[in-house]
Amino acid sequence: MSQTPILAVKGLVKRFQVGGGLFSRPAIVHAVENVAFSVPAQGSLGLVGESGCGKSTVARSLLRLIEPDAGEVVFEGVDLLGLSKPRIRSVRQHLQIIFQDPYASLNPRRTVAQTLTEPLKVHGLQSSSEINARVAAALAEVGLPADSARRYPHEFSGGQRQRIGIARALVLAPRFIVADEPVSALDVSVQAQVLKLLDGLRARHGLSFLFVSHDLGVVRHICDRVAVMYLGRVIEEAPVPDIFDQPLHPYTQMLRAASPVPDPKARFALPRIIGEIPSAVNLPSGCAFHPRCPDAMPRCSVEAPPMLEVAPGRRVACHLHSASGPAENSRARP
Amino acid sequence: MTEAPILEIRGLSVEFRSEGAWHAAVRGVDLAIQRNQTHAIVGESGSGKSVTALAVMGLLPQQSGRIQSGSIMLEGRELIGLSEQVLDKIRGKQVAMIFQEPMTALNPTMPVGQQIAEAVRAHRCCDASSAWNEAQRMLDLVRVPSAAQRMRDYPHQFSGGMRQRVMIAIALACQPRLLLADEPTTALDVTIQAQVLSLIEDLKREYGLAVMFITHNLGVVALIADCVSVMYAGEIVETASVNELFAAPKHPYTEALLASMPRVDRDGQLEPIGGIVPSIREIGAGCTFAPRCALAIERCHSMRPPLMEVAPERTVRCWVRGVAA
Repeated sequence: MSQTPILAVKGLVKRFQVGGGLFSRPAIVHAVENVAFSVPAQGSLGLVGESGCGKSTVARSLLRLIEPDAGEVVFEGVDLLGLSKPRIRSVRQHLQIIFQDPYASLNPRRTVAQTLTEPLKVHGLQSSSEINARVAAALAEVGLPADSARRYPHEFSGGQRQRIGIARALVLAPRFIVADEPVSALDVSVQAQVLKLLDGLRARHGLSFLFVSHDLGVVRHICDRVAVMYLGRVIEEAPVPDIFDQPLHPYTQMLRAASPVPDPKARFALPRIIGEIPSAVNLPSGCAFHPRCPDAMPRCSVEAPPMLEVAPGRRVACHLHSASGPAENSRARP
Repeated sequence: MTEAPILEIRGLSVEFRSEGAWHAAVRGVDLAIQRNQTHAIVGESGSGKSVTALAVMGLLPQQSGRIQSGSIMLEGRELIGLSEQVLDKIRGKQVAMIFQEPMTALNPTMPVGQQIAEAVRAHRCCDASSAWNEAQRMLDLVRVPSAAQRMRDYPHQFSGGMRQRVMIAIALACQPRLLLADEPTTALDVTIQAQVLSLIEDLKREYGLAVMFITHNLGVVALIADCVSVMYAGEIVETASVNELFAAPKHPYTEALLASMPRVDRDGQLEPIGGIVPSIREIGAGCTFAPRCALAIERCHSMRPPLMEVAPERTVRCWVRGVAA
């Protein structure tokens, strides 16, 4: 990767305070801990993990919809975390987000035209003929009929609403799109339509994507690299399809094995999956995955493994793959 | 399979009232589930899969839904037309149901142990302390860690996966013969989904349950089902054993559904299905899938195909593919 990335994230941290009252201390949720990744221009990075792993918090931090506590988000050479409110607003022209729920993310009282016009006005476009032209172009781009502009969100199906959400992101001609579970609420046949649409947009406009999803199948089809998160940290990052065909981190292996495949001959061995994701309030010591890890060694509960490059383009945070390697550790497998 | 099925549905049609007229949401469903068998019903939103399960439970909305015709036999007994009182005895005891969102199905103000014990007492007359012991045994059976300590916990203190286990414990408290599972793992993460699926599979074997498993996810079908029915716009379009369905789908909709699913195990082009599912108010005379079907011939648009048997235990509702091999 000699290319300068369009987006580079370093040391991103976000902690939330929960609870706490007159007599109880607030607890700290470690939502995002020291997350780093980069997305090359015209690339598409998938951020995967299960509920509560922090993937959506990362996505929202990039646009400062959530203010991170520390770190750097360098977009086209500018650190977004240091920008003033008006400056960040102008950067968002180039950096747009698509949300999961096409029902909740559209204002039901506004026509599609009003929804799409708003961002143009916010970013200073005045001429109504130009606004109309851009709205019409965005609708055509996402495959909606021109007369949809006059209609309201409730007149559309779920898949069409997601297209409206995509049109709203596209109307400003962004260079980078953060897509937060954009197809999770859709039926599989509609999901395929929207994935095709996103793929086409990427090819036509040279867009870059950060694609947040819990569905590894979706990510395999839309991304060229994948970062896997567990309890606020990125634990493995690798190109597609290597990360799915030869996952290195035991958690990635577990996630891959648990992802259903439409082939009855591939019924997985279920007993390997141990326990549930612990709370992000009381993180396990050492490697956060060690209580559930089938390959855990004594060292894993003490020392958090650093993220290391184990092969060109492949990074993993696991003592099995660290410099000293598993050979020098006594295995604790029962 | 000479044994009589636990559940046998014949020609089931269910209608809903919408804007003053009745429209059929489920039409002519035929289905038989044997003991020790998981029969998956797969389809997209609005295909009628949940309505079919609700009809079996007798839980259709009374004002706006009705069974128009058909027969639902549970262990040889016709369920349609039974009084609420009789149905109450059957629900829970012979047939139980679990839902997608366990939080809305559990009582948030009652400890889970009490909720399971309540189900035990409702159908098996026993005293409070033996019901409580039985509830604890159930919670242990569904593999809730340290079950004894968790009996007095409330639903909000459980994770999503653990709540679904509690629901399963309640459903199985009275040892039903038939379990209806309506998208029970859809709200769960994949690793938790895998655990719950293997639990359902183990309990099925242990109790010789018949399971009707409703899902939209073909990957989950491949994991858990013995037999599969694919539903589209209120009709079963194909029924086959799980191996045959995935090895050689017959109905063009089944094929299209498989081709539109992004798979984690291989690369390949996604092929979306063009068009949209017809509304139940616009069901025409022909095949419901014909407007979106690449194989459609003239006849498909004018005449509704029946379910045709193409091989033993294998039926397809298609004029083009419904020919015996």
